[in-house]
Amino acid sequence: MKEFKVTPIRNGTVIDHITVGMALKVLKIIGVRDTVTSTVSVLMHVPSKKAGWKDIVKIEDRELDPKELDKIALISPNATINIIRDYNVAEKFIVEVPNVIKGIMKCSNPGCITNQSEPVEPEFVVESKKPITLRCVYCDRVTTDLAESIQ
Amino acid sequence: MSGSFRGMDVVSIRDFSREQVEHVLKLAEKMVPIAKGEERSVLLEGHVLGSLFYEPSTRTRLSFDAAMTRLGGRVLGFDQPTGASVAKGETLADTIRMVDSYSDVIVLRHPQEGAARLAAHFAEKPVINAGDGAGQHPTQTMLDLFTIRKEKKKIEGNSVVIVGDLKYGRTVHSLSEALAMFGAEVTFIAPPSLQIPKEHLKQIESMGHKPKIGNTLAEVIKEADVLYVTRIQKERFPDPAEYQKVAGAFRIDLEMLKDVKKDMIIMHPLPRVAEIAPEVDTTPHARYFEQAFNGVPVRMALLGLVLGGLK
Repeated sequence: MKEFKVTPIRNGTVIDHITVGMALKVLKIIGVRDTVTSTVSVLMHVPSKKAGWKDIVKIEDRELDPKELDKIALISPNATINIIRDYNVAEKFIVEVPNVIKGIMKCSNPGCITNQSEPVEPEFVVESKKPITLRCVYCDRVTTDLAESIQ
Repeated sequence: MSGSFRGMDVVSIRDFSREQVEHVLKLAEKMVPIAKGEERSVLLEGHVLGSLFYEPSTRTRLSFDAAMTRLGGRVLGFDQPTGASVAKGETLADTIRMVDSYSDVIVLRHPQEGAARLAAHFAEKPVINAGDGAGQHPTQTMLDLFTIRKEKKKIEGNSVVIVGDLKYGRTVHSLSEALAMFGAEVTFIAPPSLQIPKEHLKQIESMGHKPKIGNTLAEVIKEADVLYVTRIQKERFPDPAEYQKVAGAFRIDLEMLKDVKKDMIIMHPLPRVAEIAPEVDTTPHARYFEQAFNGVPVRMALLGLVLGGLK
């Protein structure tokens, strides 16, 4: 009999091919402490044919919204989303880095006006997708270290 | 070109094409007699400029005031946020929305980077950035370009040596990008701790230019057509002795000018402290006071264009 480290889920989302070490960031993005009411399984440092190692997150009874997908794309651009319905993969796609990022992360420049209490959402233009490089629309600061800036 | 400037925000020099900058410089040339008070103008009569200075400024603020007044317009605003609703904790967005309803154009200086872009987002009227923190100062860049063009007849092909605090000096970053856009050869001279940031260097290199970098002025000053000097701020150095050493090495005096080209010009965004000895002021090289004056015609041209008085 095949041995599963984590059993298949009936309904929910499996996020596969997460960049190794980013699983905990993914949990933060999906708000595991606030909005998740079912079981979440995390596999870290799993052998991967493509990348050597990867992380996997399985969330039962929940699908992700577009903002969450954008955030995951920024920290793990090769992550695959599998939407599971009644034990079957109903949908499967790779996350996509959008061209404009709005409201999901803050500017890394402490002197940027968007880090003050102004009624404005931080906004970035994606200058490069490999590696992901963002330029703040307001202060022009270029950011490549995204994991720290995602809200 | 006609009509394309009306209502336009002037936030960053990067928003302008070379042709647009050339158009501003050409119009600024025509504004000189009005800026000097030799001719009268009512071009912007009935227009109001909202002048919001959240940080101290002498030249920028007064030259905007002069530019608007010389063209027949009026200026309202503040030169320090104390006493204004700002001091009571009002957001910049709210202040901008209010001033937007009182004026036809807004000039903003603010300590936070990106403040002008935010103001442009909330204002319906055009916003002109008069310096946002360590960010952009596009009208300074335009007046610097205007000065070089006026003195050298063209910008292209000139060897421009920029010396001083190249790391924190906001004028340097936009100016060097603009000089590259116009095809001037740029050399950066600074102590290693204050050298031009890699990000800016990359931006210039992406425009097909390879600026020279060094830390000794003596080697390059002989070949310079333009020497652009900026202030080295004392507070950047934890050790006062280190500051004295660096400041001394970059001080321009008569001795330093011994072997320079006859028609080399010296520019400085001012205020200067000790970077240029007063004895240099009377040499044929000094152009920093003319440069400060040039802020008036350049800002006249920009105000005229964004308010639709000029085409």
